[in-house]
Amino acid sequence: MDVKPSLFDRLVRYARGRSPWLFHLNCGGCNGCDIEFLACLTPRYDVEQLGIRLEGSPRHADILCISGPVTRNTQAALQTIYAQTPAPKVVVAIGSCPASGNVFADSPSVVGPLENFVPVDVYVPGCPPRPDAILEGIVHAIEILKAKVVRSAEGGTYV
Amino acid sequence: MSSWFALLVFPGFLYALPMGWLMLWVERKTLARLQSRIGPPFYQPLFDFIKLMTKEPLPRPSQENRFYLFLPLLALGATLGALTLLPVLPHSFSLVGDLALFIALIEIAPICLVLLGFLSRSIFGQVGAVREAVLTIASNLPFIAALIALAYASGSLRLMDIALHAPPLARGLAVLAIFACLPIKLRLNPFSVANAEQEIYQGALTELDGWRLGLWELNHAVEWVALSGLTVSLALPWRSGLAVLDAAIFALLSLAVVFLLACLAGATARLKVGQASRFYWRWGFGFALLALAVSFFPFGG
Ligand code: SF4
Repeated sequence: MDVKPSLFDRLVRYARGRSPWLFHLNCGGCNGCDIEFLACLTPRYDVEQLGIRLEGSPRHADILCISGPVTRNTQAALQTIYAQTPAPKVVVAIGSCPASGNVFADSPSVVGPLENFVPVDVYVPGCPPRPDAILEGIVHAIEILKAKVVRSAEGGTYV
Repeated sequence: MSSWFALLVFPGFLYALPMGWLMLWVERKTLARLQSRIGPPFYQPLFDFIKLMTKEPLPRPSQENRFYLFLPLLALGATLGALTLLPVLPHSFSLVGDLALFIALIEIAPICLVLLGFLSRSIFGQVGAVREAVLTIASNLPFIAALIALAYASGSLRLMDIALHAPPLARGLAVLAIFACLPIKLRLNPFSVANAEQEIYQGALTELDGWRLGLWELNHAVEWVALSGLTVSLALPWRSGLAVLDAAIFALLSLAVVFLLACLAGATARLKVGQASRFYWRWGFGFALLALAVSFFPFGG
């Protein structure tokens, strides 16, 4: 059934797209991606123009930015943090590590890739990716965020 | 003018809502410009609010849920109530002892924040709550002393009389002391110790999500309007009598206060808890003591 979205729904989607708050989590990477990610937040790239804010708590976040290959130690924290983020949420995997394990593949302490634990919406490849690439990934994530259902009462499900 | 008008229209809800968001934007924009960034667009606080209110918060135990609804609403209501009492228009709603009521109402939000922090049972929330409690006490010392000095100097406990009749010297010192308390009450740099982001995440707000955080942000916006408004309305010794003109002057000067606070926040880094509270005990209280001395022993009079 194709229903035209109501004014309220359109407003909510637009507001969501203009106010994505990020939470950043390193699941055992080498820190290279984290440095590039933080570079996105510097005055040079100024993501606050897009309404983006880096939040300290996953409970405030809309987009989870995850780097690193997921190690034994970080796996439980990753799952807790994913569960603590209120829906609708989107996961962005930053760097090659969460996709494939990258240089850490086959290490006994690595249990990744990230997909094994949480659903990933956007991959940003690179080792590390440039801040521009990360930003592009986040902009894709914003589109996905906007497409999610507005209220779960509509019968849709988040994930 | 009726109390309902003051509560719901000016300087209450209808004025405070857009003004609070505008102030949040001015603060963020000023900060961004100081860091040579472009900064958030004009509608940002409104979109943040809509987004937060329409997120699906995680289920919680019902007892906790009740408090998470009740405390932000209580804080919002109390701050709006305090705002209602501001002596902006010459014939606006006022009570005989409204200074005491104002102090009581404006202090409810910090108490709610401390309770929220402790309720969250998260280590960050609790550290944030402790810091908030320590700093609230430190900043209230000069804040309340300055208001007492003003009340004594003008011989009245009515905010309107204080605003119109306080003698200039006592008024100047007291307004300075009150202004010095604003960064701590609004949790801004260099006194953003209680909500120290990156350090203890968001302090007492760490565990709030969705509409719970949205309600709190709304309260924060109204707090901006109330506290900057208090400074402006006590600093201005005259009213034109024309409601629209008075309201416009009030709004513009409030925004100027916000701009000054944002510049201060942009130019400084966060202090430690001890340093921040020492600052208030020493310097903030110093100003307030001077104001007290001037009002109790007026020169030549
Ligand atoms: S993708 Fe490369 S830079 Fe990023 S965490 Fe992995 S190894 Fe480090």
